[in-house]
Amino acid sequence: MTQRIRSEAELRAARLRGQILPVLTTLAGSCMVLIPHVATMPMLPPFGFLMLIAWRLLRPELWPVWIGLPLGLFDDLMSGQPIGSAMMLWTLALLAIDVIDQRLVWRDYWQDWLIAAGLTIAMLLGGLVTANMAGGEGHIVLIMPQMLISILIYPAVARVCALLDRWRLS
Amino acid sequence: MAPPKNRRAGFSRRAQYGLFASYVIALLGALLGLLLLATSFVDPAGHNAIRAALTDLTSPISRVLSAAVRGTGSGGAAVSEYFDAGSKNAALRAELDVARRRLVAARATEYENARLRRLLKIQEGDPATVVSARLISSTASSSRRFAILDAGAASGVLDGQPVRGPDGLIGRVVEVGQITARVLLITDTGNVVPVIRLGDGLPAIAAGKGDGTLEIRALTSGNNVLRRGDIFITSGTGGVYPPKIPVAVAITTSGDAAVGKPLADPARADYALVQPIFQPLAAIAPPPVAAE
Repeated sequence: MTQRIRSEAELRAARLRGQILPVLTTLAGSCMVLIPHVATMPMLPPFGFLMLIAWRLLRPELWPVWIGLPLGLFDDLMSGQPIGSAMMLWTLALLAIDVIDQRLVWRDYWQDWLIAAGLTIAMLLGGLVTANMAGGEGHIVLIMPQMLISILIYPAVARVCALLDRWRLS
Repeated sequence: MAPPKNRRAGFSRRAQYGLFASYVIALLGALLGLLLLATSFVDPAGHNAIRAALTDLTSPISRVLSAAVRGTGSGGAAVSEYFDAGSKNAALRAELDVARRRLVAARATEYENARLRRLLKIQEGDPATVVSARLISSTASSSRRFAILDAGAASGVLDGQPVRGPDGLIGRVVEVGQITARVLLITDTGNVVPVIRLGDGLPAIAAGKGDGTLEIRALTSGNNVLRRGDIFITSGTGGVYPPKIPVAVAITTSGDAAVGKPLADPARADYALVQPIFQPLAAIAPPPVAAE
C-alpha cells in the first residue's frame, strides 16, 4: 500500500470510512433480500448475519457487543422475520463469540469457519423457531439447504470482509 | 494468530465501566428482542406499520432491479436455449405427449368450470380487480414465504385482499404500505386455503409446506380419495378467497393427503391481480336471503 500525503478532508473521509464501512456492509448484507426473485424456498443465506460474524471474527475490537441490536432490528425489518428475532439472536451470537474468544487461546481460518458454521446453524434454527412462534409451521428439513449454502458461502463472505477491511484501513 | 485481547479493559476505570455497560446493554437488548417477539405475537399491527414504511422506502431498489432482470433475462434465456438442445428436444417431445393428454382433461375441466360458474353466479358477481401489479421481491432468507407487491394503499389495496395471477391463486395481502404491500403466499406454512376438487367438488384444505408445494387434505373419511393430477380450486368457504380460482394440482398422494404444486408460480407471473375481499367480515348483517 502506497503511503501518500493527504489533505484534511481526505483524512476525515478515511476516518469516517473506517468507522461506518462495517456497519454499511452489514446493512447491505441484510438488503440482499431485495433481489427481484420470488423464492419458493428459503435458499438465500442470511448475508447480514454472515457479514456481522465475519467482521466480528476479523476485528474483535471493532464493535461494542450490543451492535447486534440495531443491525438485527434492521435485518428483521428487511427479512420478514418477526421483529425482535434477529435482534435477540444476533446479540446472543456476539456474546457467544465473546465467550469462545475467552476460552480459545488462538484461532485462525479453520476455527473461524467452524465458529461461523455453528453460529449460523444456531441462528437459522432460532429464526425458524421465532418464525413459527409468529404463525408459521416450518419444519427443520425446510432450512437444511439454506444452512448448507450459508456455511459453504461463509469463506467467500470472510474474504470480501478482509478485502473491505484493507480498503477501510487504507 | 492469537486474538487480540482487546476486550480486557486494563486498569482504566472508564474503560472497565464502558465494557461492563456494553454487556449490560447487550443482555437487556436481547431481552428486549424477546419482548418484541412476544408483542409481535400479541399485537402485530404496530410492527407492521414500521415494516411497511421501510418496505416502501426500499421498494425502488427491487423495482429497478426487477425491471433490469426482465430486460436482460430474456436475452440470457435465448442463448441458454441452445445448450443441450438434443436432450431438451426429447424431453419436450415426452412432455408434449403428456400435454396432449392433459389438453383433453383440460377441455373437460373447462366445461366443468363453465358449469360451476353458472352455478355460482347465483351468489356472487364477477369480482372486479382492485389493481394489477408485479411481485418485486420476497423473503428469500426467512422460513416464512412473503412477497412484496408493487402496489399499496395508494392504489386501493387493503389488508386481507386475495392476490391471484393469471394461472391461479398466489396469496393474500397481510400488510399494506403506501406504495407496497406484503403478500402471504399460499405456499407459506401459516397459510391455509379451503379448496374443492374440480370435477366432483370434494372439499379439501390446502396448507403451505414452505418449500413451494402445498399439502392437500381431503375433508372426507376414507383413504385414497385423492388422485395424481387432481386439480383444486378455491371453494370460497371462509370468505377470504373468491371461489373458482385455480390453486394446485396434486403431484403425489399418500393416504388421504396429497402434495400439490401451485398452479401459479409467483416467480414467473408477470402480473398479480389484487381482488376485493370476497365476503368482508360482517360489520353489517348481510341482507336475509329469501328461502324458496
